[in-house]
Amino acid sequence: MEVSGSVTTARDMGLVGCTRCYSVSSRGTAHCPRCGSALQSRDRLSLQKVWAWWLVGLMCYIPANLYPMLETRTLVSVQSDTIVGGAVDLARHGNWGVAAIILVASVLIPVVKFVIVAGLALGVWLGPKVPEGQRHFWYEIVEYIGRWSMIDVFVVAILSSLVQLQALASITPGRASLFFALSVIFTMLAAKSFDSRLIWDTGQSDIASNRRTPAVDVKGDLSA
Amino acid sequence: MTTPQMPTQQPSPPIDLDRLIACPNCDALYTTPTVESQDKAYCGRCHTVLIAPRRKAGKQLIALALTVLILITAATLFPFLAIDAGGMHHDASILQTAFAFEGALLGLSVAVMMFIVVIPMLRLILLIYVLTPIIRDRPPARWAKRAFGLSEALNPWSMAEIFALGCAVALVKLSDLAQVQYGPAAWLFAILVVIVVVTDSLMCRYSIWKSLDQ
Repeated sequence: MEVSGSVTTARDMGLVGCTRCYSVSSRGTAHCPRCGSALQSRDRLSLQKVWAWWLVGLMCYIPANLYPMLETRTLVSVQSDTIVGGAVDLARHGNWGVAAIILVASVLIPVVKFVIVAGLALGVWLGPKVPEGQRHFWYEIVEYIGRWSMIDVFVVAILSSLVQLQALASITPGRASLFFALSVIFTMLAAKSFDSRLIWDTGQSDIASNRRTPAVDVKGDLSA
Repeated sequence: MTTPQMPTQQPSPPIDLDRLIACPNCDALYTTPTVESQDKAYCGRCHTVLIAPRRKAGKQLIALALTVLILITAATLFPFLAIDAGGMHHDASILQTAFAFEGALLGLSVAVMMFIVVIPMLRLILLIYVLTPIIRDRPPARWAKRAFGLSEALNPWSMAEIFALGCAVALVKLSDLAQVQYGPAAWLFAILVVIVVVTDSLMCRYSIWKSLDQ
């Protein structure tokens, strides 16, 4: 059964829902009586926090792609590879499968994450262009795949601890690994800061009333 | 599948707040439905699972949490991958892996250690601490609410299963260059991925919070 159009929210009823234990309290209660977490009908600072984490994440993602991720020393050569460079190298040696995995995990997914988080925040900020069900779907995607990007850092750690064959071959992690890890952490925090209830506020007739809430007043701060 | 009903009218005051449930993701308000074991109540608007009780979930969760704790401990101590190339042999344990980052990257070593060993273990210890009194029908443990809250907050940062998949990717990358062998710990981590997924599907947050509320 779909219940759209005539949805009653906790806010409509003058109540506030707890996002941690789902229990309901009357408006103005500071802490949830059941689980003790801080109660807010909507996180008023949500968008500010999202943009702050998003921006730091993006700033870390740039050096993550410019610096080498891995340095491989063999008897004959020393080679340092950036994320994209390493994938291109693998593809040239005919390893198309692995190259594709690396490109998807370390380039496509992070870029898509930045785009989705920005899209969600812009949707709340400027008014939505996409139906709320769809936006919620993208929100869940970002929440789910965010942590999996860390796999790249783990692969670097595994490779460089395993491939230590003295003069024959050794792999050491490059500076990009630190920036990549930071970028993943900051985008996870950006996604976590996004109050998904804001998606649904902008959906129906109350787009206008949402514009009045301080949550959307970040516009001034950011454009400055 | 049960879709809970919306409270149709403004309930006459005083509102019985205990009988209401709000969707954490879209704020839709429902009167709390009665959900049978094995059944699930979804939010009708955003399809978030609200209530998914399971009979004996508490006991099973504790059993699984203990299993994962033992697996992580064992996986940390044993070598988990070994490499052979040109007559040379080298193996690595989880600890060596975490401390692969040196010098300026040392902070990353600490973070990796937290993500794959410390946080997963801490989370499971907290879960066992919270659930044990509940399944024995005792009053909740002293700091149960805080403990479960912390365990929930740590959830996204517990990345043992991601590390397990990372092992697989590393193996594929190395398979052309050298002979790679799985150590016992690699298998332990493979089992761990499955158990983590099962644990998540068993956990009904609403039910746990409700049983802690006394």
